[in-house]
Amino acid sequence: MTNVIEAEQRSFMTGNEVVAWAALAAGAEFMYGYPITPQNEIMHYWTRLAPKFKRGFLQTEDELSAGFATLGGVMAGRKSFCATAGPGNVLMQEPISMAEMMRIPAVWFIQQRGGPSTATVIYSQQETRLTCLGGNGEGNRLVYSTASHQEVFDYAIKAFNNAWNYRFPTFVLGDGYQAKMREAVTLYDPAQRGIELHGTSRMLGRSSKQLDGQQVRHYRNTFNIEEELYETLMQHIADWDHMAEEVVEWAWEGDEEPDLLLVAHGVVSRAVYAAYEHLKSAGYNVAYFRPITLRPFPVAALQRAAGRCRQLLVAESAYGQLLSLVRDSLYGKTCAPIEGLLRPGLGITEELVVEWAQRLLARVG
Amino acid sequence: MERIHDHDPAMPASWNRATKPHRFCPGCGHGIFLKALGEVIDELGIAERTVFGCDIGCSLLAWDFLNVDSVQTHHGRTVPVVVGAKRANPELIVIAYMGDGGGYAIGAQHLVNSAMRNEKITVLLANNTVYAMTGGQMAPTTLPGQTTGTTPYGRDPDATGQPTLGPEMVAAITSNSAYVARGSVSNYPRLKQYVRQALENQLAGRGFSFVEALSGCPTNWHTNAKQTWSYLDDEMTKYFTLGEFKTPGQAEGGEDK
Repeated sequence: MTNVIEAEQRSFMTGNEVVAWAALAAGAEFMYGYPITPQNEIMHYWTRLAPKFKRGFLQTEDELSAGFATLGGVMAGRKSFCATAGPGNVLMQEPISMAEMMRIPAVWFIQQRGGPSTATVIYSQQETRLTCLGGNGEGNRLVYSTASHQEVFDYAIKAFNNAWNYRFPTFVLGDGYQAKMREAVTLYDPAQRGIELHGTSRMLGRSSKQLDGQQVRHYRNTFNIEEELYETLMQHIADWDHMAEEVVEWAWEGDEEPDLLLVAHGVVSRAVYAAYEHLKSAGYNVAYFRPITLRPFPVAALQRAAGRCRQLLVAESAYGQLLSLVRDSLYGKTCAPIEGLLRPGLGITEELVVEWAQRLLARVG
Repeated sequence: MERIHDHDPAMPASWNRATKPHRFCPGCGHGIFLKALGEVIDELGIAERTVFGCDIGCSLLAWDFLNVDSVQTHHGRTVPVVVGAKRANPELIVIAYMGDGGGYAIGAQHLVNSAMRNEKITVLLANNTVYAMTGGQMAPTTLPGQTTGTTPYGRDPDATGQPTLGPEMVAAITSNSAYVARGSVSNYPRLKQYVRQALENQLAGRGFSFVEALSGCPTNWHTNAKQTWSYLDDEMTKYFTLGEFKTPGQAEGGEDK
């Protein structure tokens, strides 16, 4: 395969363009897509770049088709991916549930938009619950929530590698703001950073040479007997739990016994981190926690961070989707009150977080 | 000593003997359609590069029917799965196998658009006029007046439309490199010939190929053997013309040749 990035290069580009470069660098071979804002430019950049590197693209008739064709591409042995947002993410839950059942390592880039329904196209974290726990299953997925263009690049490479390593559908969860904003990013060849790209294998349609002495493979997602499904699913859950220990990621900074622990994910965590630094330099006893994997959620790490805090503030561009993950994680582990700065589909600034934090800090003063 | 396998009935090499007798109801047409497919796979010698996709509904019972790599997908989604596989690995021979509900209702957009794009895939669709797996509800192909689970007083075309004419639709929207035909499980040699032409069209890399097979469902039709064949040959053919609708390089037709 042609080397995509010869030497490290500092670039200034949109998040969607970073996704296209990251997928190329990660060895992605095929994208199946359907237009929806704010992810369209991923397809625009991919279709410009793909022929130069002998990679493929198909624009399908809808998101159902894009998602299922991605599964077909993966089963045929190609690193394949898809990108969508909002109502497209709702439709994608159908192929994603098949990927969970058949352990198909497809990768999705989700650029969240406001909801429910058609709503808005820029700033939102309202697809947190859908991306982590959508479909009619148990949420056997891997979801990275990125906050910067550098992270989009880094975690895209990690997403492809971990998808093919653990064989669960894997997501890079961004949003319209990250998709459309331009900022600096360092593009690099993973090999030059010592990152080995995970290999692929065919699930379907092996060559006759490979077929010799091997059983033909029959993949299904239908079961006749409850116990048969239960055993299959419990094996998947055991595999997922094993993966969770190895892939779970978070960021934590600040006092171990803070008067206030600030919690946020994705692009909102940038404003919250800035607020944390502001409060810290103003002499407040505060801490900052950010889940990087939303699924698996860093439960134990959050319990440590929150175990001796006096109160928590969860900030998100949704109405309680992160908050419910935080509450679930801390149930029975803390008596500290948990407040929510909940602005579904709205931006959250450093100033707003500082204002809320100071009000809460005055309470415990 | 005689072994029981010495008396196994003849069946195509590309059939999975371990799953025979198959799971379809007595009198069902799927076994005949899949026999045609199995014999053609054998004759063309393509088992090792064939990927068989099957849908939801009775067609899912074929998930381990063949001795070729197979994937059972969701209702209506078999076409995009095999399209994705074919685009990713064009040397594969991919088959999407489904019923009339999967192809003409829930997956109609996939059938139409893959035909429009002239995807180099083969779609085989069994038309038995009902949703059989779910208990015999009205399908897009249910005949006017036909009694089903959701048309207990007979299908009323004013309220629910006329039977979907799939091959006619596909023939109208595909390019001249497509192959489109409608056969019947009651004329096995002709049906097998259509399946063979459809797969040869994909092997030649020409384009989309589509075969509908009229197929009986005595379980949901509540018919005995004689009534089943009579419904298939005498009633269904009043609405569904048998024959080739498009052969590569030729204008569309519709007459039985």
